[in-house]
Amino acid sequence: MPEATVTSTTSNENVTPDSAPIIRAERIEKYYAQPSQNRIQVISPTDLSIIPGEILALLGPSGSGKSTMLRMLSGLSRPSAGQVFWHEKPIGDAEINVSIVFQSFALFPWLTVLENVEAPLKARGVDPETRRERSLNMLTTVGLEGFQAAYPKELSGGMRQRVGFARALVVEPEVLFMDEPFSALDVLTAENLRSELLELWSNKTMPTRAVFIVTHNIEEAVLLADRIIVLGRNPGHIRTDFKVQLQHPRDRKSEPFTNLVDYIYKVLTRPEIAAAAPDQTTGKPVRDQRQMHYQMLPHARPGGVAGLLELLIDKGGRDDIYRLADDLAFEIDDLLPIVDAAQILGFLKIEEGDASITPKGSDFGNSEILRQKEIFREAALENVLLLRQIRRAIETKSDNTVPEEFFLDMLDEQFSAEESQRQVETAVNWGRYAELFDFDAARRRFTLPEAEQEEAEAADAEDAE
Amino acid sequence: MKLPQLPVRFPERLQPRFQPFARSLVMVRSWPVVIDLGLAACLLAAFFALVHTGHYVFGTPVPVVPISHSLSALPLYSFYSVIRIGIAYLLSLAFAISYGYTAAYNPRVEAWMVATLDILQSIPVLSFLPPVVLAMVALVPGHQLGIELGVVLLIFTGQVWNLAFSFYSSLKSIPKEMLEASRIYRYSAWQRFWQLEMPYAAIGLVWNSIVSVAGGWFALIACEMFTMGDRNFQLPGLGSYLRTASDSGDVTALIAGITTVILIVVATDQLIWRPLIAWSDKFKFEQVESADRVTSPILELIQRSHLLSTLPSRLWSGIEEPIYRRLSRSRDCRVVQPIDEDAARKKASPVFWLISALILAVILWGASKAVVLLSQLTGSQIVTLLEGAIASFLRVNVSLIISALWTIPVGVAIGFNPKLARIIQPVAQIFASVPATAFFPVLLLGLVKIGGGLGIGSIALMLLGTQWYILFNVIAGAMSIPSDLREAASLYKFTRYQRWTTLILPGIFPYLITGMVTASGGAWNASVFAEYFKIGNQTLQTLGLGQQIDIATDAGQFPILLAATILISLMVVSMNRLVWRRLYRLAETKYKLLA
Ligand SMILES: Nc1ncnc2c1ncn2[C@@H]1O[C@H](COP(=O)(O)OP(=O)(O)O)[C@@H](O)[C@H]1O
Ligand SMILES: [Mg+2]
Repeated sequence: MPEATVTSTTSNENVTPDSAPIIRAERIEKYYAQPSQNRIQVISPTDLSIIPGEILALLGPSGSGKSTMLRMLSGLSRPSAGQVFWHEKPIGDAEINVSIVFQSFALFPWLTVLENVEAPLKARGVDPETRRERSLNMLTTVGLEGFQAAYPKELSGGMRQRVGFARALVVEPEVLFMDEPFSALDVLTAENLRSELLELWSNKTMPTRAVFIVTHNIEEAVLLADRIIVLGRNPGHIRTDFKVQLQHPRDRKSEPFTNLVDYIYKVLTRPEIAAAAPDQTTGKPVRDQRQMHYQMLPHARPGGVAGLLELLIDKGGRDDIYRLADDLAFEIDDLLPIVDAAQILGFLKIEEGDASITPKGSDFGNSEILRQKEIFREAALENVLLLRQIRRAIETKSDNTVPEEFFLDMLDEQFSAEESQRQVETAVNWGRYAELFDFDAARRRFTLPEAEQEEAEAADAEDAE
Repeated sequence: MKLPQLPVRFPERLQPRFQPFARSLVMVRSWPVVIDLGLAACLLAAFFALVHTGHYVFGTPVPVVPISHSLSALPLYSFYSVIRIGIAYLLSLAFAISYGYTAAYNPRVEAWMVATLDILQSIPVLSFLPPVVLAMVALVPGHQLGIELGVVLLIFTGQVWNLAFSFYSSLKSIPKEMLEASRIYRYSAWQRFWQLEMPYAAIGLVWNSIVSVAGGWFALIACEMFTMGDRNFQLPGLGSYLRTASDSGDVTALIAGITTVILIVVATDQLIWRPLIAWSDKFKFEQVESADRVTSPILELIQRSHLLSTLPSRLWSGIEEPIYRRLSRSRDCRVVQPIDEDAARKKASPVFWLISALILAVILWGASKAVVLLSQLTGSQIVTLLEGAIASFLRVNVSLIISALWTIPVGVAIGFNPKLARIIQPVAQIFASVPATAFFPVLLLGLVKIGGGLGIGSIALMLLGTQWYILFNVIAGAMSIPSDLREAASLYKFTRYQRWTTLILPGIFPYLITGMVTASGGAWNASVFAEYFKIGNQTLQTLGLGQQIDIATDAGQFPILLAATILISLMVVSMNRLVWRRLYRLAETKYKLLA
């Protein structure tokens, strides 16, 4: 059924006079330079257009490059290759008029609410009276009448984001960008703000011609968007791009709605088909992460994996990922890493959006804790290269310790410095659970787990005698 | 979080002033060794330039202003000293801001500039007194202004580095989304500076200013009057007043002078620093309103007065509105400037390379000259220098240990008693700001009477100057130990020994290290000052690098001066890198109490 609501579009089909794109990206890419001379590709060549009259949602797991994409489209960040056009002029030269609503609000805490909203107008040289009047009007529109003299820190999260909206809208942007605007808010507040935003949009209270929203919340995307683009990662690429033709207001419980959500889950968990062709235009080596030998460890805890498997066993060993997320009240960003981890360890298989447990997985889920650790250890050594390497390195060294630096250097070849650090953290987490090794945080060294350390010392003492 | 570069979290009320200062002393080195070597060459060259300029001075007489020690001269002298400090401080603030700004936004020079910070702040400024003053006197011959400039330049050098580091690291830690907001809303550099960068850096700058000015007083008192061979360099001011008073044994004048110094310090604290701290609270980058904060009656007074509280902002908007209107037509305000515009990737012009090559040549030439200067040292001079280095090293560390030994028990006792702590904390802050150099003559007079030597005297001076930093931090550390941990310790009937080893010492460790790092910097400066002292027509001295520096100054032996300065800097830098940084890391990982 979901296919009925899905029509595949590509950017070039829409070039008709009334829907000429406001922003058009042509094969944009992004890499980040590494200290090791390598470059990490974050976005592979991508075409994308923002068309007047629609709310476009960019959906994807964290780290897939959504924020990077938003920044390139808004002119905040230069693509490493490719071009972004604003009304068919290169964006670097055009006087563009866009706003961004940030996840962290990015308000200036030392300015009052009014001063925060006035600041962009000040930059545009609007005179003080007009500035004040426009800002106060905008505050009224977002429901913050009477709060103009307050400081952001005196407001609740929801009210702060209202200030964020007021600041964004006061400049009457042609495109309103939002980077996970609701994810720092609690569920009810987020729901409330979302519906008010939709109201402003559909009543044409704001002069904005297009909205681009980045989110990792599937339901949010389906609730708001006229068009959804799903991003895959490593490097970021478009997995699907389709129109949503449900009527507003949308009902989360309706069948077309849940079908659509289910469809997106399927897209997100479907295995990737082929790797993108390696970059051939420049001399420097560009690493494509799918051709690298370290797999990217999902940042999930072993306890989470165990919990997921136990739940699956209760459900007869097979269930829809969407329903699992629903049962657990998880967002995809919480659930996907756990699913990924279970998959890497060979405890789980994913087919068409369904998760089914493997024999090893059910063995793991059914065992008591000590046995679980043992199974986990075997699975980890078999399937996770980084853990295997750490363990082997410790065993070979005479003092049984290896500095963290050593592995960071190797990971840096492939991941950003930040991600390398996170990879090590996850490895430490898994290694400690599996009692493969321990980590001395003060010396930043991997060591043998305590039990084995004592054994080793005892053996040394015997040798000495 | 108040200070972006804070390594440990402090209870709200007890934001120690010296924290960020200590942090910058133990920077994690992120630059290649080449840069360190290059900088060493630059410093050698600079030294040679100074000395070379200074050589001319022997031809030009400088008028010597007689210094009075009558009470009636005191107000004018205080005024002079305050003006000197003020000018030096304002200069350092301006310089620090431009330095931090340049370093933070120019990837090509960033590593060099940060490494410069790291090394220059390790050099005790007092050891540079003679060459700097001589060079300045040579530039402004036959006039007091030369000495004046030399002294101001020296205080400036002592004050500027921690301010610059604070500003730089604030800029680097501005949250990315706020920077992006300023770009997407097309702020001009001007608006970004006043609405984002300055407010964000304000708190760090205020706290570091307090440290800087305290250091400035310490140095000023020491260098308003000094001799070189048979030549006297003196400036009318509090430092020379105290010196003259002690030379002539005028105890009344001494006491009056010291009282004046203390009064000035207390007044600065009450009239400037406290209002500034209280005011800068509004720049705290904290998303929640905190319960207690520093209060200042003066600030409240200003805020209550309608005229005083609205006048500045009205004046200010009169100035800035036209600026904003003009700037809105600039490119910055019409086109969104990408945040990752890679300045490093732009090709450098040939002119840049030409200039760099020229500068490099000059530096290499100067450095080689300085090396030639060094090679004039004889074997026995080198041995004496090394002996002096060991003696000073021991003395600095003995004074640190003594300070730690008494401040730990006292500080912990105070910290465990919040009421007491609230009273003592501000007092300790003020004590830490009183320049110990002012007390030194009195101390020596006393020591001479009871037959003690300068060996004890210099340790006493170091203690006087540095123990407050440690006390202050230990109190903060003790207060940060959660009371439930303390209750648990008494519930499980820990012995006294167990309480100290498992709870108290680990709990205060990060704070203790912070205090010791700062104190050791101060102690080195004190050692340059205190190992050689002329009082009346007597010369007191004790073996040490400071003594070598002073003797070399008196005799105009620049090779020794240079070698001694290099030795001190090497010792301070390597202590920072080898010992303090490791302890810091330990403090940040193992002994960090979870917030
Ligand atoms: N400045 C940077 N240097 C190196 N890697 C970066 C940088 N910024 C982002 N990345 C990497 O790019 C990837 C995508 O990041 P981002 O766009 O923030 O993802 P998302 O918003 O989808 O969570 C991540 O793997 C991240 O580590
Ligand atoms: Mg993001």
